[in-house]
Amino acid sequence: MITIDMLVVTVAGLDRADVEHWIAQDLVRPAGQGGAWLFGDIDVARLRLIQELRHELRLEEDALPVVLRLMDQLYDARRQLRRLRDAVDQGATPEVRDGVLRVLLER
Amino acid sequence: MADDPYKTLGIARDATEAQIRKAYLKLAKTTHPDLNPGDAKAEERFKAVNAANDLLSDAEQRGRYDRGEIDGSGQVRPPPGPPPGQRSYRTHAEGAAGTRYSAGGMDDNDLGDILSGLFGARGRAGAPRGGADRRYSLAVTFLDAIRGATQRLVLPDGGSLDVRIPPGLEDGQVLRLRGKGAPGDPAGDALIEVAVGPHPVFRREGRDIHLDLPVSVSEAVLGGRVQVPTVDGPVSMAVPAGSETGTRLRLRGRGVPAAGGQPAGDGYATLRIVLGPPDPALADFLRDRADAPAWDPRAGLEGVA
Repeated sequence: MITIDMLVVTVAGLDRADVEHWIAQDLVRPAGQGGAWLFGDIDVARLRLIQELRHELRLEEDALPVVLRLMDQLYDARRQLRRLRDAVDQGATPEVRDGVLRVLLER
Repeated sequence: MADDPYKTLGIARDATEAQIRKAYLKLAKTTHPDLNPGDAKAEERFKAVNAANDLLSDAEQRGRYDRGEIDGSGQVRPPPGPPPGQRSYRTHAEGAAGTRYSAGGMDDNDLGDILSGLFGARGRAGAPRGGADRRYSLAVTFLDAIRGATQRLVLPDGGSLDVRIPPGLEDGQVLRLRGKGAPGDPAGDALIEVAVGPHPVFRREGRDIHLDLPVSVSEAVLGGRVQVPTVDGPVSMAVPAGSETGTRLRLRGRGVPAAGGQPAGDGYATLRIVLGPPDPALADFLRDRADAPAWDPRAGLEGVA
């Protein structure tokens, strides 16, 4: 976990005001309270991504919430799929596993 | 990555810088690995697109490539993506930490709408897909509520519902019509709150029906049979001789009819002695009468205040 002071020196080209704006927009959700934010690894990675979307890929600021929200839904769906896969992996009897595989491969 | 960078970006060999930039942005947006998790092809393509752009957007490199001095892999800038030793957003988002940015506020124990239906399981997020209930109010007359009836409810959308009112319905009771609410699977219910109107003669107390019954002086003094209205038609009732105003007479079973396992209530007639039109003969008799018993009707009121 790093503070916003550490953050802006760690991530090259990251603007403090931009970060605060994205937090206010709920696009980035660090731990802690206003002024004393603590950024975890995922927050830093997300900020790098936002920076890339904005500056490298020239995404408009207005489009950012839409893209991130769709992306978040995609990752939600992927985590759910992983859970299902793990549950079938661990919980299913061999017959159920074979049955599920057979149906999946038939399609 | 020795592919033809022009082909990678899908542009002509004489493309302008602006065309290169445009083609690059378009492809980079659609192939960015964090926007295409789990798609290894997109990631490879993203790398190739970046390499091609790096080469072609540098006039010197582009010239050397065009002259055949270098091949398509002549990149000079570091590859795109997180700095060495840092993981991409994708690897974080796929892990447990990813729930922080869940779009639906789901935690890891929520099954979501699809998985909650697996094997008939009901997850916490598994909200029913059925239609919503709809609330209506319906005014019902006193006697319809006592006897039961079928009443048509006209809906705001122009449709109508035939509402069966069970006998003995009480004011404020809510009737549920299954499947008559908003459409869905299953459809929602119609919840109809009933407002029962007053009656000029009858009053309801629980399952009993009360009324004030006017009687003449002679009926009260001499007694006799009188007709009494009840909720299911008039009945004949004996008024005992010497009945006072306020005397309450019971009509067994003449209240709210038996329904839903509850026995029928009773009817109660409370006598009110009325003088009626002026009766000179009665006035003469009372005035001239010599042997009237002396008593004080207000005896109980002394010292009250």
